[in-house]
Amino acid sequence: MANAFWCIVEDDRQGMPKKVMSEVIGEAARLAGGQVEAVWLTDKASDAGLKQLGEWGATRVWLLANAAYAPYRSEVWAGAVAELATKESPKAIFGAVTSRQREFVARLAARLGVGLAADCVAFAMEGDRLVATRPIYAGKLLSKVAWAKGPWVATLRPNVFRPAEAQPGKTAAVERPSLSAPAAIMKFVERREDVSTGLPELAEAETVISGGRGMKGPENYVILEDLARVIGAAVGASRAAVDAGWRPHRFQIGQTGRTISPKLYLGFGVSGAIQHLAGMRTSKVIVAVNKDPEAPIFKIADYGIVADLFEVVPALTAEFKKLLEK
Amino acid sequence: MKILVAVKQVPDTATQVKIGADRRALDTAGITWIVSPYDEYAVEEALRIKEKRGQGEVVAVSLGPDRVKEALRSCLAMGCDRAIHLNDPAWNDADTLATAKALAAVIKQEAPQLVLSGRQAIDDDMGAVTAQLAELLGWPCAYWIMEEAVDADGKNVRAARQTEGGLEVFDLPLPAILAAQKGLNEPRYPTLKGIMGAKKKEIRDVKAADLGLAAEPAQLSIVGLEAPPPRPPGRVIQGDVPTAVKELVRALREDAKAI
Repeated sequence: MANAFWCIVEDDRQGMPKKVMSEVIGEAARLAGGQVEAVWLTDKASDAGLKQLGEWGATRVWLLANAAYAPYRSEVWAGAVAELATKESPKAIFGAVTSRQREFVARLAARLGVGLAADCVAFAMEGDRLVATRPIYAGKLLSKVAWAKGPWVATLRPNVFRPAEAQPGKTAAVERPSLSAPAAIMKFVERREDVSTGLPELAEAETVISGGRGMKGPENYVILEDLARVIGAAVGASRAAVDAGWRPHRFQIGQTGRTISPKLYLGFGVSGAIQHLAGMRTSKVIVAVNKDPEAPIFKIADYGIVADLFEVVPALTAEFKKLLEK
Repeated sequence: MKILVAVKQVPDTATQVKIGADRRALDTAGITWIVSPYDEYAVEEALRIKEKRGQGEVVAVSLGPDRVKEALRSCLAMGCDRAIHLNDPAWNDADTLATAKALAAVIKQEAPQLVLSGRQAIDDDMGAVTAQLAELLGWPCAYWIMEEAVDADGKNVRAARQTEGGLEVFDLPLPAILAAQKGLNEPRYPTLKGIMGAKKKEIRDVKAADLGLAAEPAQLSIVGLEAPPPRPPGRVIQGDVPTAVKELVRALREDAKAI
């Protein structure tokens, strides 16, 4: 539909859309006045997944189901979605900030010859044009950007936008368009799964615990993991801790790591260097625990405790346990 | 094997940024400039590929005003063989797509077998140019790569990219593009000999007309820059640890409603 906002589905690779899609669809619906359509490239769509997209508010799902769509390859995805977009002329194409969608929408925008605004944290319709807000320079400034022409291609930062409220029973029309056979150039060799921590994923978690140089060594992260299990948090680390080899790089929060925007961020022994703040300053509530009262993180923290984290963390774990068992 | 590395000069992370008089661009006075860290991983990896093969050429390319020469000079000091500077006022308002078009035109002239760049530049964090370059050239592209290996006959590169939950390994026939993620390598520091040698290496200036390109309107424009809203002042919770922890948990539950 020519006025539709498209949402590229991020899924768990097992047939279910990820939670971030409720945010992408929710924001698209507010801007589009309801004309929201999901575009799902997958090798295993599930009925439960289609139902979920409908309940979140997608009026239509363009289901592009083909073994060639998994694992994701930019040349294959961009070809398919560009072909469909040329036929259907959507007004906007939104994705979530994930490793693959960041690349994919950039390639798609180039194929369509339109602008891309990545990692947006706000949108506003100004008359007929869409204006997006995105953090730049490590979050020290906000940049407002607009497109010369449509479709407006953008990615949305997880945990920033208000999720759509699921409406039980609401369904989406499922379309299976016929597209040219995907032409893959890259050949898939293998996937090596990360060792699972059993904790939520960093970029999507609603609560994130971060350990910095004050953790003193890799062996001490176990106390953060104990706390994380009690409150359902992901555990990340500062650059100092990653560069010291205490945590793998995939756990780094900051400018040269992951950007997160959880409802609650708890930093332990994190000083709050600009490069770390760049990755977490849009968190809703920030808690900092550090022995050094001058640590810069206290400047942006909503709650601070100046004390030894090795005393605070176990006490906090016990206190949360009491609270949540009630 | 010829390898081209696309780099961007960006303000140092710790530098203070001020909005310029037009409210659309930075006031660049007093800024310390560096090569974007992810691009340094790309330069390092290109040099390692060349060293491992015992032959080849590494060419650094960057788009921007005169100051960008300094960034190219640091790439030469690390060991790149020569540099190309896309330096033309026609690119003053270049968005990611215009930048990718300029780079694609240079790449067509230079015909490297492999192009490396960072996964994103740390100034505008758009993370788009490498993917758009791949699209314009019709080449395969692996993003956020943590490992790579070019095969002995230079026909293929095997790259492992970071995704949520694991690494995905692909074979890409050359020519191909790789976008470097942190963790790929540890970039070297230029040696004194490297710094001295860099002064004698070529930095070629290229204008838009040299590439058969004309200025074109940006597809994405900055409407305005603004400072982020200040966070409400926080509070340091006083008292001994048991008291402070109890109060923190109460405040997170009752006041902030965050748990």
